[in-house]
Amino acid sequence: MPDSLHEKTAAELGECLAQGEASAVEIADAFVARATAVDEKVHAFLHRDDEDFLAQAKRSDERRANGQSRGALDGVPVALKDVISMKGQPLTAASRILENYVSPYDATAVVKLKEAGALVWGRLNLDEFAMGSSTENSAFGATHNPWDLSRVPGGSSGGSAAAVAARQAPLTLGSDTGGSIRQPASLCGVVGMKPTYGMVSRYGLAAFASSLDQIGPFSQTVEDTAILLGAISGHDPLDSTSYPTEVPDYRKGLTENQGPWKLGLPKEFFGEGIDDEVRRLVDEAIAFYQAEGHELVEVSLPQTELAVPVYYVIATAEASSNLARYDGIRYTHRSERAENAIDVYSKSRGEGFGEEVKRRCILGAYGLSSGYYDAYYLRAQKTRTLIRKDFEAAFEQVDAILTPTSPTAAFKQGERSDDPISMYLSDVFTISVNLAGIPGISVPCGFTKDGLPVGLQVIGQAFKESEMLAVAHAYDKTHQFGRRYPEL
Amino acid sequence: MSEIQYEAVIGLEVHVQAETRSKMFTRVARGFGEPPNTLTDPVVLGLPGALPVMNLEAIEKSIKVGLLLGCEIARVCKWDRKNYFYPDMPKNYQISQYDQPICLGGEVEIELEGETRAVMGPHRKVKLTRIHLEEDVGKLTHYENDSLVDYNRAGSPLLEIVSEPDLFSPDEVFAYLTSLRNSLVYAGISDCDMEKGQMRCDANVSVRPVGQKELGTKVELKNLNTISGVRNGVEYEIQRQTSVLREGGSLTQETRRWNPDQRYTTAMRSKEMAHDYRYFPDPDLMPVKIDDAWIERIREEIPEMPFDKQRRFIEQYGLPYSSTSPLCPDKELCDFFEATVARCKDPKKAANWIVNDLLRELSSAGDEEGPMPLGNAKMTPAHVAELVNLVEEGSISSNIAKEIFPETFATGKMPAQIVDEKGLKQTSDTGELETICSQVITDQPKAVEEFKGGKENAINALKGQVMKATRGQANPKLVDEILRELLSQ
Repeated sequence: MPDSLHEKTAAELGECLAQGEASAVEIADAFVARATAVDEKVHAFLHRDDEDFLAQAKRSDERRANGQSRGALDGVPVALKDVISMKGQPLTAASRILENYVSPYDATAVVKLKEAGALVWGRLNLDEFAMGSSTENSAFGATHNPWDLSRVPGGSSGGSAAAVAARQAPLTLGSDTGGSIRQPASLCGVVGMKPTYGMVSRYGLAAFASSLDQIGPFSQTVEDTAILLGAISGHDPLDSTSYPTEVPDYRKGLTENQGPWKLGLPKEFFGEGIDDEVRRLVDEAIAFYQAEGHELVEVSLPQTELAVPVYYVIATAEASSNLARYDGIRYTHRSERAENAIDVYSKSRGEGFGEEVKRRCILGAYGLSSGYYDAYYLRAQKTRTLIRKDFEAAFEQVDAILTPTSPTAAFKQGERSDDPISMYLSDVFTISVNLAGIPGISVPCGFTKDGLPVGLQVIGQAFKESEMLAVAHAYDKTHQFGRRYPEL
Repeated sequence: MSEIQYEAVIGLEVHVQAETRSKMFTRVARGFGEPPNTLTDPVVLGLPGALPVMNLEAIEKSIKVGLLLGCEIARVCKWDRKNYFYPDMPKNYQISQYDQPICLGGEVEIELEGETRAVMGPHRKVKLTRIHLEEDVGKLTHYENDSLVDYNRAGSPLLEIVSEPDLFSPDEVFAYLTSLRNSLVYAGISDCDMEKGQMRCDANVSVRPVGQKELGTKVELKNLNTISGVRNGVEYEIQRQTSVLREGGSLTQETRRWNPDQRYTTAMRSKEMAHDYRYFPDPDLMPVKIDDAWIERIREEIPEMPFDKQRRFIEQYGLPYSSTSPLCPDKELCDFFEATVARCKDPKKAANWIVNDLLRELSSAGDEEGPMPLGNAKMTPAHVAELVNLVEEGSISSNIAKEIFPETFATGKMPAQIVDEKGLKQTSDTGELETICSQVITDQPKAVEEFKGGKENAINALKGQVMKATRGQANPKLVDEILRELLSQ
């Protein structure tokens, strides 16, 4: 039994712990062993503090022995994308500029995980500062897709997706600004979800684009995502954009909500540019819902084609300002070549940031510049409102929306590195969800002939995660593609 | 042809630290004088992932300032990021308000110098453009090869009060800052101590030929560290600009630095070097909605303003202007005065004791930091009122009162107690006084002769002798009566 602990879902691990079939220490040992065995190939982790992991596991076992278990997640490992602060652990954001930074405080999501008894462990790879769709933009080496090591895991939360796919962690957290959870989940064959903006506190998440960023879970199943989401959600007085709302019992909601649902198919999402195999697998998933008695309705989201340009104006503008704090003055890398104050800024940032980060900071600063603000940033914000209204109109007709998560399965390492535009288009189906501030989830819906996973995206209404998860679960519980994992 | 006359036009940007308990966006205490970098946390230091949360008290203080200066309060205000790189600012952007400030318009009442110090000068209202709330930056200390930064001040709430170009002389500038400071101190917004950086001022100065409507080339003056410094800097700058123009030169729009020791200004940067701050709404903060009920609740907390109080004191208590001018800038002193008046019959005398004797004692009990704060003094309104009443009742002479004032101040003993303990009670025993007066008349034939010869003042010499003989305890009114009675015989 303990040999296969790393294969289990969080729900199963919770059950093992509750039944006394495994201890938290055994679980932690199993994942340390698994990560030690496979991460050389996958490179999901940037840093692991196994000692701290085992110490947490020991405390969890002690709690359980004293009858003080904190519930379903007590003793279950959760690994973090390396942009989520955890006290005493490094936070690099996969950037040279933060190479030696150790966070002195816990993100709110981490506080909540600790309160739930979860074993919070490890720092997962990403595209530098979450800017990218392949995890190739990491200053500390790319992560490889466990299904085909020559391919990318997607991004920016590639480490978080790959760690679950390679069974190095049952649960991980990522962050999603334009698809950074859902797209790598799709490419790695796991479940990945972006909550409604404001549902999970951003306090402690190193910001990329503040009005778009959300922390969200990765797991093998929708059920596990429901468990993890319940633990990290809720109003936080430390985040002004956190929404004061009750957190429902998402796990219970999976079975309580049965439909029948009206499911929207936005015509703009099913046009050209989708890989044939992706199209076929997503169509099959959609057909499943129809067969189960749910109604399919064509809807229109007319502003869809503007989503990518709007996103790149807003996200880069916010990023140019958010990343200004990495300046070589205090906790960040300082250039040894700096000879004056201006040098400290320009040389430290020049050496510390990668190409994509520099590209986006420059782009963003340009869009905010005097004389350009109205034409770019202001106009993008207005268009963003229209995009949100498109979704509101669609949700007057339907309960949830189904789309492909990504137009293609995992692409080869290096294939799109020199072509930012084609890289940006990887997120064409996920970006408008961030702009609208609504929740979305990617559920594995099969494999291509080459054995590469494909994801179905379910988009829900703001703060109606429970219903969206139920729609996703209806498919996931009978297909369970996320339970499969590759030989490594 | 006569020489062209120039006039100055000045606008002021005044920064005032709002004295809130915690900083503007986090629960860390706001303060002054703590060891460097101790008033910090992840938010103040701008660590990865830290987020700002708006301080309610800072908003309420801003609304209060707006109300007391007659501004229009914004019903919705938002927060913008002002982006520029400087090591005193941990995030390299300052959270400020760009196009939707919390207060619009408003005015500051000023008093200009009167004909004499005893006469109220003319009053005028100086127009304000806007007031906005922003976060303060840290403090840099520069050394030869490096600089040190202290973030204790960073993230403290700071109000920027921007006037219209509606001031026309260094004296008006001085009057404006004095009045603004008095009002803000009154309302408990800030102590406005310029030397502690609680109040800071930049001045936009231009000159133009008298009669010209358009403003001349604007120069922004910085490093004006005291209210007098502002007046001196502005005065110098007006003269500099006027001479440049008189000599046929032209002025450039620039920022200049006032050097208070050498008393001249030097160029810092020109308009071409101005920053593009790339303002945009801060996505980490929600706009704040301000409704009428909120505004009305804050309006109730606004105290009477200094000039209003001064006018009332003159009218209600019949105080001379010269008593009100030292009294009214200090709210605590005014409260002290009114508490005294409530316990005694003579407001004018009460005011005299306070503005002359009490202020003198406070000043001599002070240290290099300034006079002793009124709150630390042992003297209370009850003490002053009793002193006024003792004199009024004729129990002691005003000379005795003057004598015991310092002791009352130093010990906190009630004046009546001191009078009792020292046996200073005024003698109103007619028999005893008649004996003494007779003796004095006998001893001072020369004065008696002069008085009888029509020299009215000569009686004062006789009175002085009586007071001397009674060690000042004789009731002067009675002495006067008895002497005249005896002399007329």
